[in-house]
Amino acid sequence: MNDTKSKWTYPLILWALGIALAAAIVLSVTLGRYPIRLKELCGILLSKVVPMEPFWSKTQASLLLQHRLPRILLACMVGCCLSAAGAAYQGVFQNPMAAPDILGASSGAAFGAALAILLHLSSSMIILLAFSSSLFTVTLVIFFGERAKGTRVLGLILSGIMVSSLMSSGTSFIKLVADPTDQLPAITYWLMGSLNGSAPKDVLFALFPMALGLVPLLLLRWRINILTLGDAEAQSMGVNARRLRILVILSATLVTAASVSVSGVIGWVGLVIPHLARRMVGNNYRYLMPASMLLGALFLLLVDDVSRNLLATEIPLGILTSLIGAPFFICLIMKGGDKV
Amino acid sequence: MSLEVRGLSFAYGEHSVLEDVSFSLEDGQMLSVLGPNGVGKSTLFHCILGLLTPQAGEILVNGQNIRLLSSRALAQKIAYIPQSHSPTFNFSVLDMVLMGTTAQLSYFSAPGKPQLESAQAVLEQLGISHLAQRGYAHISGGERQLCLIARAMVQQARILILDEPSANLDYGNRIRVMQTLRALAAEGYGVIQSTHDPDQAYLYSDRILALSRGKVLAWGSPRDTISNSLISRLYGVEVEVCSLREDTFRVCVPAAQRANKKGVTLC
Repeated sequence: MNDTKSKWTYPLILWALGIALAAAIVLSVTLGRYPIRLKELCGILLSKVVPMEPFWSKTQASLLLQHRLPRILLACMVGCCLSAAGAAYQGVFQNPMAAPDILGASSGAAFGAALAILLHLSSSMIILLAFSSSLFTVTLVIFFGERAKGTRVLGLILSGIMVSSLMSSGTSFIKLVADPTDQLPAITYWLMGSLNGSAPKDVLFALFPMALGLVPLLLLRWRINILTLGDAEAQSMGVNARRLRILVILSATLVTAASVSVSGVIGWVGLVIPHLARRMVGNNYRYLMPASMLLGALFLLLVDDVSRNLLATEIPLGILTSLIGAPFFICLIMKGGDKV
Repeated sequence: MSLEVRGLSFAYGEHSVLEDVSFSLEDGQMLSVLGPNGVGKSTLFHCILGLLTPQAGEILVNGQNIRLLSSRALAQKIAYIPQSHSPTFNFSVLDMVLMGTTAQLSYFSAPGKPQLESAQAVLEQLGISHLAQRGYAHISGGERQLCLIARAMVQQARILILDEPSANLDYGNRIRVMQTLRALAAEGYGVIQSTHDPDQAYLYSDRILALSRGKVLAWGSPRDTISNSLISRLYGVEVEVCSLREDTFRVCVPAAQRANKKGVTLC
């Protein structure tokens, strides 16, 4: 590969992913049991800016704005965040198997959501409790991990495993005492992950913490490369490894917590997508991070389209992502071979 | 740029590793640190790099205590070249070298055109520009070592610290890496390496620092230090040091093998 080629290949791939994502978003709007065509989509959106005579039904407008569009946006946002967090965690832990739930963000959110369902709280409170419980869990993990004897990275991972399992046992206990006629199914359904019933307020809730986490991840993406070499090397190159790692972990945790709290537990995206992105643009986070974000958004959007259109009843997202993710990952590792 | 280490002592808890270590290094000099495994060579390097804080003594770069320098400022004076390793993720050689420019960049930025040009120039100088787009994991040990040296050079530090640069290298690459380091010293870099090869240390370096149980056993020019008694004491094996070509080379031979061979002078 010569210099000029490689200089333009990766930015081009990023553009191609961006265009594919935009196309997928438009396509997704037209998919669904209740038909909304491209013409109506443009009309409904434009009518918000310029006044025009409606040529669409009221049902179409409210379905689009209250349900379909928020759900599409949320699928993109959650997919983007989970894969960005996965890529970030893989870098800071120097571990290609790291996923967004490595520090217990998912199990923490699951516990919070289960608790909220048990206490008959409203849907907004479920999201809020899931989010705070997720952040609390990771704070706990970092607190213990930083005080562990030996290597910091290992301490964090081990403390993540322990606190996660503590939270999972809490969730199991809640399932045990929950009312089996209505609460238990609700908890189980939440744990399987779904974007069913997404509303504009969910988008608004998730938007702020997601942006707050994604921006630093994008800005710090070059430095994440240096973290993957280990503390001693990073430090000798003038990078404060410890501070940078905490910063990246906090950002990745924030976006994971925001994702999980609105969508439930969706596995595999954060592990598989960064690996697929590595195959496309190499391991340099300068390209890997944006590629993971775009690819993650595209992937989860398509999976969610399948989830809501394939069968008469919704298939929970978590089930589909594992169903697609696991065999796909096996293919990836069997094919082997790095990008460069 | 000069490096001066004065009365350095370091201990992990109760376990003392370095005791009262002093030496200095001028511009353009190459220093070899000799000593058995576990003697504290890596600890010494980590102290100089500011990764560990010594309990006593001071480390001065150009007369300035490194404790007063930020890690960023220190990185622009001293660079570290680890043993050629295989990192978790396979970066291209060019990306690996560009990482050395990070200390010059502001917190949120990535290397731009000037950094790219300096990286390409250094790769050219070391004769490995053809490797730029290759994966670091897919090149040979010698090439990796050169790549890490390139990374240290773009870091713009003038003191290079190498942890056993010739370990795990084949014979040809070992010589290639040593000659590269010698050439860098000639350009004005101060080079510190740890090595297990006294012959090589004699041939390439200007100064020898021999460490035994955390203390300085010998410090001085190779001619004054590399001798039967020092090498035998240092590694605990009987060795005879033979001199060749008017003392241009000194070769260590295990005493048991030397007994009935004739024709070389002993030191």
